[in-house]
Amino acid sequence: MALDSKIPKGPIADKWTNYKNHIDLVNPANKRNIDVIVVGTGLAGGSAAATLAELGYNVKAFCFQDSPRRAHSIAAQGGINAAKNYQGDGDSTYRLFYDTVKGGDYRSREANVYRLAEVSANIIDQCVAQGVPFAREYGGLLDNRSFGGVLVSRTFYAAGQTGQQLLLGAYSAMNRQIGRGKIKMYNRHEMLDVVVVGGKARGIITRNLITGEIERHSAHAVVLGTGGYGNVFFLSTNAMGSNVTAAWKAHKRGAYFANPCYTQIHPTCIPVSGDHQSKLTLMSESLRNDGRIWVPKKMEDVLAIRNKTLKPKDLAEEDRDYYLERRYPAFGNLVPRDVASRAAKERCDAGFGVNATGEAVFLDFASAITRYGKEQATVRHLDVNDAALVKKLGQEVVKNKYGNLFQMYEKIVDQDPYETPMMIYPAVHYTMGGVWVDYNLMTTVPGLYCIGEANFSDHGANRLGASALMQGLADGYFVLPYTIGDYLSKDIRTGKIPTNTPEFDEAEKNVRDRINHLINNNGTHSVDHFHKKLGKIMWDKVGMSRNAQGLKEAISEIKALREEFWKDVKVPGTNEEFNEELAKAGRVADFLELGELFAKDALMREESCGGHFREESVEQDGEQKGEAKRDDENFAFVAAWEYKGEPSDAVLHKEELEFVDIELKQRSYK
Amino acid sequence: MNLTLKIWRQKNKDDKGKLVDYKINEVSPDMSFLEMLDVLNEQLINKGEDPVAFDHDCREGICGMCSLFINGQAHGPDRGITTCQLHMRMFKDEDTIFIEPFRATAFPVIKDLVVDRTSFDRIQHAGGFISVNTSGNTIDANAIPVNKHDADEAFEAATCIGCGACVASCKNSSAMLFVGAKVSQFALLPQGKVEATDRVLNMVKQMDEEGFGNCTNTGACEIECPKGISLENIARMNREYLSASLKG
Ligand SMILES: Cc1cc2nc3c(=O)[nH]c(=O)nc-3n(C[C@H](O)[C@H](O)[C@H](O)COP(=O)(O)OP(=O)(O)OC[C@H]3O[C@@H](n4cnc5c(N)ncnc54)[C@H](O)[C@@H]3O)c2cc1C
Ligand code: SF4
Ligand code: FES
Repeated sequence: MALDSKIPKGPIADKWTNYKNHIDLVNPANKRNIDVIVVGTGLAGGSAAATLAELGYNVKAFCFQDSPRRAHSIAAQGGINAAKNYQGDGDSTYRLFYDTVKGGDYRSREANVYRLAEVSANIIDQCVAQGVPFAREYGGLLDNRSFGGVLVSRTFYAAGQTGQQLLLGAYSAMNRQIGRGKIKMYNRHEMLDVVVVGGKARGIITRNLITGEIERHSAHAVVLGTGGYGNVFFLSTNAMGSNVTAAWKAHKRGAYFANPCYTQIHPTCIPVSGDHQSKLTLMSESLRNDGRIWVPKKMEDVLAIRNKTLKPKDLAEEDRDYYLERRYPAFGNLVPRDVASRAAKERCDAGFGVNATGEAVFLDFASAITRYGKEQATVRHLDVNDAALVKKLGQEVVKNKYGNLFQMYEKIVDQDPYETPMMIYPAVHYTMGGVWVDYNLMTTVPGLYCIGEANFSDHGANRLGASALMQGLADGYFVLPYTIGDYLSKDIRTGKIPTNTPEFDEAEKNVRDRINHLINNNGTHSVDHFHKKLGKIMWDKVGMSRNAQGLKEAISEIKALREEFWKDVKVPGTNEEFNEELAKAGRVADFLELGELFAKDALMREESCGGHFREESVEQDGEQKGEAKRDDENFAFVAAWEYKGEPSDAVLHKEELEFVDIELKQRSYK
Repeated sequence: MNLTLKIWRQKNKDDKGKLVDYKINEVSPDMSFLEMLDVLNEQLINKGEDPVAFDHDCREGICGMCSLFINGQAHGPDRGITTCQLHMRMFKDEDTIFIEPFRATAFPVIKDLVVDRTSFDRIQHAGGFISVNTSGNTIDANAIPVNKHDADEAFEAATCIGCGACVASCKNSSAMLFVGAKVSQFALLPQGKVEATDRVLNMVKQMDEEGFGNCTNTGACEIECPKGISLENIARMNREYLSASLKG
């Protein structure tokens, strides 16, 4: 099948408007006869479910947590971008579009990104109307901060809890529709298969996580907003339950999986402390507004800091290497994430890591505290030379901005970041890859849509900070409600989709067989045992830097591990009860397939772009020496993989990327 | 550290349930409490026993999913944190730790330490929203200036994670802090004032129907709340409720 991205014709700035003017609509009376399933209640799924219900469709929404409010979006900290230009610093739709395409290292689809930038401003209006308490200035207007990879201040935020506040906004919109009976909510339900009838997605199979009951649900269209698959690495900043299962089942039913190897490794996370570690904690990118990243210049100081004979704050300024400021003077500490992560790895690989494991760098707030303190002292007509006072005032400002992050850090590490610099190291955070979708956000299975982090659409090979929240809400509030209507307009005479058909029988049997296998396997090792092993292969060989040999090894190791898993995994208990191990086993089984495709995709892509760094593809000379080298001639395409059984049999389809409105250039942040 | 754990085990909602003793050795002080339970579960699975069921997801104090009652305190001994943020350095070698679910009539046990908190959701369905459509055809965000003080207070109220520690800590199992926080968030914002009357009446009515108890001002909820939601929110809700009842 040739991939058709269905990009509307015409100039980029008019595409979306023209598109909306020409699609088919469903009249309100007919909407009442149409059912839509939305799997996932994060920013993407939650906003989609609420909006579709408002429009009049009958929505069934699903999440595996005990409440839609707990979707992983809740954990987003730093903020959400929007081209409002409230700061008057030169922002515009075009600039947000440009920054996102450039930030993604020219591997995203222009038309989708432009639309995202175009609707971004609406998101803020919408959320404020819903009562989302964004941070404000003293004049009562909304405040902004800066994020990496851009030169304007366009990020809206609610302290370090932006995702929480936005999700609670979407949740409240859902609640209104649940109260009106327009959304039927299924908490603690896990989707385990998509049902395709006559070539169209017509339903799903779920497992009730409390009773184990396997259920059939039908609808005229199915929307997946099931989040990212960063947990394939075992350790990541994702929530424990985040998984690829829904997306993977869709893949197995015909949805192409795009760019699986595009992963974001976030530069500022709390370093690993031991084998018991179950997850990693992000320290928001917003901290790079005020924190400066450094390691010592001299090895003897590194050693002294490691064995605690030297306190980092006592090291003289001239003995510190603020390596981002040194290497990238134009963007300094605010370079994009992929660049910042690789730079940290470079310093640590060279031996300059500042903790016992040698895998940590400092994120230091001392100069920000002094700067803010002096500002406050001046405003309040106090003595700017009183160091203790300045420090106290400065700490108050920093606390106001990042209080919850500092508290989180202190609880985990047992050190006070107001007094001593934070220690940070890169960790897996976000997956740009995901289910392939066209301009309508429809997958290669008609009637099956994919939104939010679960799709591949907007961030290319690297996502800019504060753009995932924007994408999730744009997809759910403003894009999908139009595009799905165009599709559903052909379904007004279809009537209810029955669930007593052979397609549902087959899908249910498929789910039951797998569960029975897992329960009856009686192997010798727990699910986590395999998950940790997979994570280690992924991190060592498919992580921050990749090469052909390592990738080939990873592919065969993952395949072997998958075989071992099916022979030797031990899942206690039965299906007919609350059984967390059983749920985990199903998710890890899918990660074991995805992991191999991921490595295969990374091996195929013999260039470095965004978060995907191939050691074989590096600039050899000139100003950019040592930086990642992209290969536009051979790799300016989206890799969309078609399922054919084993991951090794997956077939590659290419969607060539055309850059009409933005010139393909080397990304430079120097 | 070597510890003795006394954990509430209950097969399902109809089972009576009881405390069961477990020994766990070589616990590192850097582990989180839930990581300690992960280690225990790994050992139980390897021995062929049923692992302990507990709720968790984000493991960074924001999703509100984790919910343990540890040594008689919701979210354990440390202040201003959730169970997943509790670290073993808060305990000593040879300690005995009691681990129980959040208990309340409105939070029935599902299994072991997992409880059903959908009563909280139903209170929100009754009125925890502002009735605007999500079409995006609203006025410009900056057309609604909000005094920074009110905005900050609304934000503070909105940081409630819906964990239910307030209910579990209250001898009456009252949900007033949780409901008060939501009512306050909207009451403090101009956007929320329009529907303030109906909202507070509907939410309180649902709260009563769910079987949550009355508030007798003992203040235990505020002390145990991981997000520092203050009693001021209950007072504000009472004022809102009074004036709504007079109007209604
Ligand atoms: C710590 C952290 C901080 C972040 N900070 C920011 C930030 O400041 N700004 C920013 O823009 N982005 C940030 N991000 C990224 C952003 O939060 C996510 O990309 C985004 O929230 C994903 O939203 P989503 O709706 O696509 O998916 P999610 O919020 O992950 O929701 C997934 C939903 O799908 C459901 N689900 C999944 N699988 C199944 C299944 N099989 N069956 C049933 N239901 C299922 C889940 O229950 C859940 O409801 C951050 C991410 C992390 C990890
Ligand atoms: S008020 Fe506090 S204790 Fe109660 S649910 Fe909210 S965060 Fe939890
Ligand atoms: S697991 Fe999310 S708050 Fe504890």
